[in-house]
Amino acid sequence: MVPLSWYMVLSVIVFAIGVFGFLSRRNVILMFMSIELMLNGVNINLIALSHYLQDLRGQILAFFVIAVAAAEAAIGLAIVIALFRNKATAHVDDVKELRG
Amino acid sequence: MELQFYHVLIPFLPLVGFIVNILIGKEVTRYGAHWPGVLTVAGSWVCSLFTLRDVLAGHTIDADLYSWIVSGTFKVSVGFLIDPLTAVMLIVVTTCATLIHIYSIGYMHGDTGYYRFFAYLNLFTFCMLMLVMGNNFLLLYFGWEGVGLCSYFLIGYYFNKKSAADAGKKAFIVNRFGDFGFGIGVFMVFIAFGTLHYADVFGNVSSIAGQRVDFLGFTVDLPTLIALLLFCGAVGKSAQIPLHVWLPDAMEGPTPVSALIHAATMVTAGVFMVARCNPIFNLSPFAMDTVAIIGAATSLFAATIAITQNDIKRIIAYSTCSHLGLMFLACGVGAYAAGIFHLYTHAFFKALLFLAAGSVIHAVHTNDIQEMGGLKKYMPITYAVFIIAALSAAGVPGFSGFFSKDEIIWSAYASHSSVGKLVWLMGTAVAFFTPLYTFRLIFLTFHGTYRGGHHAEAHGHAVTHSAHAHPAPHTSGHGAHDAGHGSHDPGHDTHGSGHNTHAAGHGAQGSHHGEHHIHESPKIMTVPLMFLAVGAVAAGWVGIPPILGGGAHFAHFLEPVLGHPEFHGTHAEEWAVMGLSTTIALLGIGLAAFFYLRKTDLPKKLAEQFSMLYRISFRKYYVDELYHYTIVKPTLWIANSVLVAITDAKIIEGIVNGVPGAIGRFSQSLRKIQTGIVEHYGIFMAAGAVFILALLYFMR
Amino acid sequence: MNHLSYPILSLLIFLPILGSLLILIMRRSWELLTKFIALVTSIATFLLSLPLFTEFDKTTHKMQFVERHSWIPNWNIHYFLGVDGISILLVLLSTLTAILCVLISWESITKKVKEFYISILLTTSFMIGVFCSLDFFLFYLFWEAMLIPMFLIIGVWGGPNRVYAAIKFFLYTLVGSVLMLVGIIVLYLYGGKTFNILDLMTRTYPYTMQLWLFWAFFAAFAVKVPMWPVHTWLPDAHTEAPTAGSVILAAILIKMGAYGFLRFSLPLFPEAAKAMTPVMLTLSVIAIIYGAVICLAQTDLKRLIAYSSVSHMGFVTLGIFALNTQGIEGGILQMINHGIVTGALFLSVGIVYDRTHSRLIVDYGGLATVMPIYASFFMVFTLASIGLPATNGFIGEFLILLGGFMKSKLVGVLACTGIIIGAGYMLWLYQRIFFMEVNPKVYGLPDMNVRETITLIPLIILVLWIGVYPNTFLSFMHPSVAHLLERVSSAGMQEAVAAKAVLEVIR
Repeated sequence: MVPLSWYMVLSVIVFAIGVFGFLSRRNVILMFMSIELMLNGVNINLIALSHYLQDLRGQILAFFVIAVAAAEAAIGLAIVIALFRNKATAHVDDVKELRG
Repeated sequence: MELQFYHVLIPFLPLVGFIVNILIGKEVTRYGAHWPGVLTVAGSWVCSLFTLRDVLAGHTIDADLYSWIVSGTFKVSVGFLIDPLTAVMLIVVTTCATLIHIYSIGYMHGDTGYYRFFAYLNLFTFCMLMLVMGNNFLLLYFGWEGVGLCSYFLIGYYFNKKSAADAGKKAFIVNRFGDFGFGIGVFMVFIAFGTLHYADVFGNVSSIAGQRVDFLGFTVDLPTLIALLLFCGAVGKSAQIPLHVWLPDAMEGPTPVSALIHAATMVTAGVFMVARCNPIFNLSPFAMDTVAIIGAATSLFAATIAITQNDIKRIIAYSTCSHLGLMFLACGVGAYAAGIFHLYTHAFFKALLFLAAGSVIHAVHTNDIQEMGGLKKYMPITYAVFIIAALSAAGVPGFSGFFSKDEIIWSAYASHSSVGKLVWLMGTAVAFFTPLYTFRLIFLTFHGTYRGGHHAEAHGHAVTHSAHAHPAPHTSGHGAHDAGHGSHDPGHDTHGSGHNTHAAGHGAQGSHHGEHHIHESPKIMTVPLMFLAVGAVAAGWVGIPPILGGGAHFAHFLEPVLGHPEFHGTHAEEWAVMGLSTTIALLGIGLAAFFYLRKTDLPKKLAEQFSMLYRISFRKYYVDELYHYTIVKPTLWIANSVLVAITDAKIIEGIVNGVPGAIGRFSQSLRKIQTGIVEHYGIFMAAGAVFILALLYFMR
Repeated sequence: MNHLSYPILSLLIFLPILGSLLILIMRRSWELLTKFIALVTSIATFLLSLPLFTEFDKTTHKMQFVERHSWIPNWNIHYFLGVDGISILLVLLSTLTAILCVLISWESITKKVKEFYISILLTTSFMIGVFCSLDFFLFYLFWEAMLIPMFLIIGVWGGPNRVYAAIKFFLYTLVGSVLMLVGIIVLYLYGGKTFNILDLMTRTYPYTMQLWLFWAFFAAFAVKVPMWPVHTWLPDAHTEAPTAGSVILAAILIKMGAYGFLRFSLPLFPEAAKAMTPVMLTLSVIAIIYGAVICLAQTDLKRLIAYSSVSHMGFVTLGIFALNTQGIEGGILQMINHGIVTGALFLSVGIVYDRTHSRLIVDYGGLATVMPIYASFFMVFTLASIGLPATNGFIGEFLILLGGFMKSKLVGVLACTGIIIGAGYMLWLYQRIFFMEVNPKVYGLPDMNVRETITLIPLIILVLWIGVYPNTFLSFMHPSVAHLLERVSSAGMQEAVAAKAVLEVIR
């Protein structure tokens, strides 16, 4: 039996990789993948705790997160494609449309 | 007696004429526009005769047509009051209106706005008749404003000319100052009596005697307040000091307009109103004295201006001012019947003077009497009627004007009024000036030699039109006419006031209206003149005083409305007063003859000798200038500099734009955080998350 | 309560919305069809509103043609409509104005035609909604919804400086409205959780609360009227708006403020209203004189008429706060009159603007020679604006001045000066545009065409109708105004009665 703490450490490592990737990468696609990593890190945590506490709600929430992540990926990629068509780049430094 | 259909027809017939001409005048009636115009007014005249018959039979009619405005306790109807005073006014208005309409057929012949002219004239007649027939103050106000409006239209009839448009506007706005007081007076009447109907107001008039009210912080006598406020309106409408300034400028209108509106009818509305409200005025000796003094002062003031003016119509306009002053003088000393009597005779001789002057202008195409002279051999009929009108105006015994003027002067002398003797003296002085300026006008116009056309060499024909700054439609409408005939252009009569263009205009004028072109006006114009001449001679015979063997029928007829003033004075005094004013009048004529027939160079010398006095009179006591610098300029300055530039633009807009500005500057500094670089946002989010977590951890 | 067999007020509100939905599904290229749908909808709305005029019971002050349905029961919100003598004429004016706006825009609006007519129709619907609502929630909904199409009309189809004007208009009115919203919520909580205006009117509120609420509502209404000194949005909005926008603003939108005073401020907070009368009268008189004097300095046609609106609306508020029958009835009538006359003046300016594309007075002159029919129409409206007897302006101004004079002589006298200046600036304007020599810039302009003439004729008829026989319109108001005044004057009495009762107890 793998102890709970191992899962939680794994989850933290995956989440931290995601944060690091999101902050250090400049390519939009890679940033997206980092976000997915963060979400999955959270998911691992949710499922591990759900099993530990014998509470199914954690797993239900994990499904929600997966569904939201899928939707987010779909919309996000659509935005990336639209961006690429307009600016011919996937590099975030080239895009400052949101500057106030 | 019930209201008969012909009573109702009196005002509404001209309204029908107006509607017909304004709707289809341009396309259908066109140069036949006088048919609806004249026929409807003549119809009113016939109906007025029937009405006079009813009133002479002793009937008084006070009936409502329908209720006009109802709001709470305030109720006012459209209804007519027909009593002797109304009957007299009806006869004056419809007779003058009919004759002047007919005259206009000839005078306005060929004008492009022919239908428009008749439409306005009809509308004016409607409003004037409503004014005199209404049975309450609000209808009086309706007619009052209505005639003012028509006056505005007709003064500015040649609207392409700036001076004409300006004069119209001036008349309207100066009148609005008077109406301001009049309107407040009407409100005060409502507050005092709870109604605006004449019958109810004058029936209860004793209830306000001696009452004192608070008005704008002052405690004043109620009857005096009401009377003076109403009189404000009369001062504006009847061109009395200090609101007389519009009347001379109003001469920009076509001459028939001057005759009808600015001599015979509209300007007398003030006198009519004061006479109508005599029960209120009678309660206030102070108001009566004010009326008398203002009337007498205007009369003298206008007469002294008239002797130096050179514009034929302006001279007559000042004469009108002067005569209206006399009428107020009469009302002010309580002799309302004498005032109305003078109104009645004045309508005839003054309309005649104007129309005859119009006939002259029609022939010589200038208003400047210095450019006339020697016209009597070319225009015998005009000359004859002019003389009749002048004799009547001057108060020469036997003519209409004599009886009414004499009655006024005698009333002033014999009344109980505290200012009676003073205004009598002023009135007698006026009796001297009136013949002086009237006969100066006649001698300069009809006697001597023709002075027009001196500058013929200097200006060619082509210059004529440009120098005149003709209104565009006129030139087009008359070009051919002018060349062939050299007359029939009423556009010229508006000519007198443009001082700057004067010399050039006249010089050019002479060039193409040589002496041999001057001829008598057509019959359509001279026949109304002759009818009016009969009136100028004989109209006054209905009011011959007992002392001369008459019955003073006029005053007796009006007695039920205007009451009977108490006079004190012997027959001998009456003879003396009459003799004095008559002698003085004859002296005036003699002096005019001496100056302008015998020693024709004397007036010029005198003018140089007393240049100061001459200039003051010539520049009309500088009243226009005074108003320009004390009222017009400051108002515009406030509007432009203070309100627009400072209050609205700086203060209010400053606050309005300042608040958003401050918010804007604040947000400007905030927006710097938004760099648009995604990893900045990421770092902020991460840092934020860590911060919140830390907060949660330590707050535990 | 509604003796007609169909819900007439709902029809009036939803018919224009239906029309705008129909336009929405039109193809962009079908411009003519779009215009016809807008025209037919507006005419149908107007015809449908005529039964209000003929079937109205003039003997009662009670709400008529009432419709009441539960809407959001949890919060006690109802869909509650009805009209009385105060609002009915404004409803009719709204439906008439819609037709005129569609007609006058026929040729002058060329871009985004579809959206324009949708905005006009929606505005119409919301305007009618504001005047009919008897539920505060519903009222506020319409009140605010009205801003959106109006904002678009000014901001999209306006003149060169349109965005500034539109935002100014929006922010001004929004700030006022938000304060009113606070007031409404306070009333809701205090008055027993109801938005029912008629219910709320029967209660009495503590004096201090009345005072606060009065000022909260004042903020909303004064901006709309607009009263001095919150008037500066009006000249900008009027000047920049397209003709139809100016007409809606002048004819209806700024009436909502005065309507609000009558419908809410007076009956809900009678004691505060009475106490604040001197302030209100002062502001009104300032507006009258200030608006009039500032007109003398204007060089822009529409701006001049806009400032004259400030002056004329000063008369309306003066009449309302004179708190007597003549004043209030005059005020209501003057609201209608001002809608007709100023609406007509803006329509007229629009007609000539379509030809010259200039609003500057100096660009005109001698128009009476070039466009005589137009000149005569304009003259009638000018005279009505001056308040000449036999035009509608006279009746309204006369009653207001009479009411004002009975309230305070000083106020009456000062307000009268506004009339003198009014005559001055309007005649001067008329002279500069129509008289004198023909300005080369206007040479050869065509006179009004049939469409334009048809647009103005109903207004001329109304000008003369109200001027000659105002009782047709005044008779609608009598019971409602009497009831309103009773409510206002009895308010102090209740307090006195209560105080007397307390004294009795103490004794």
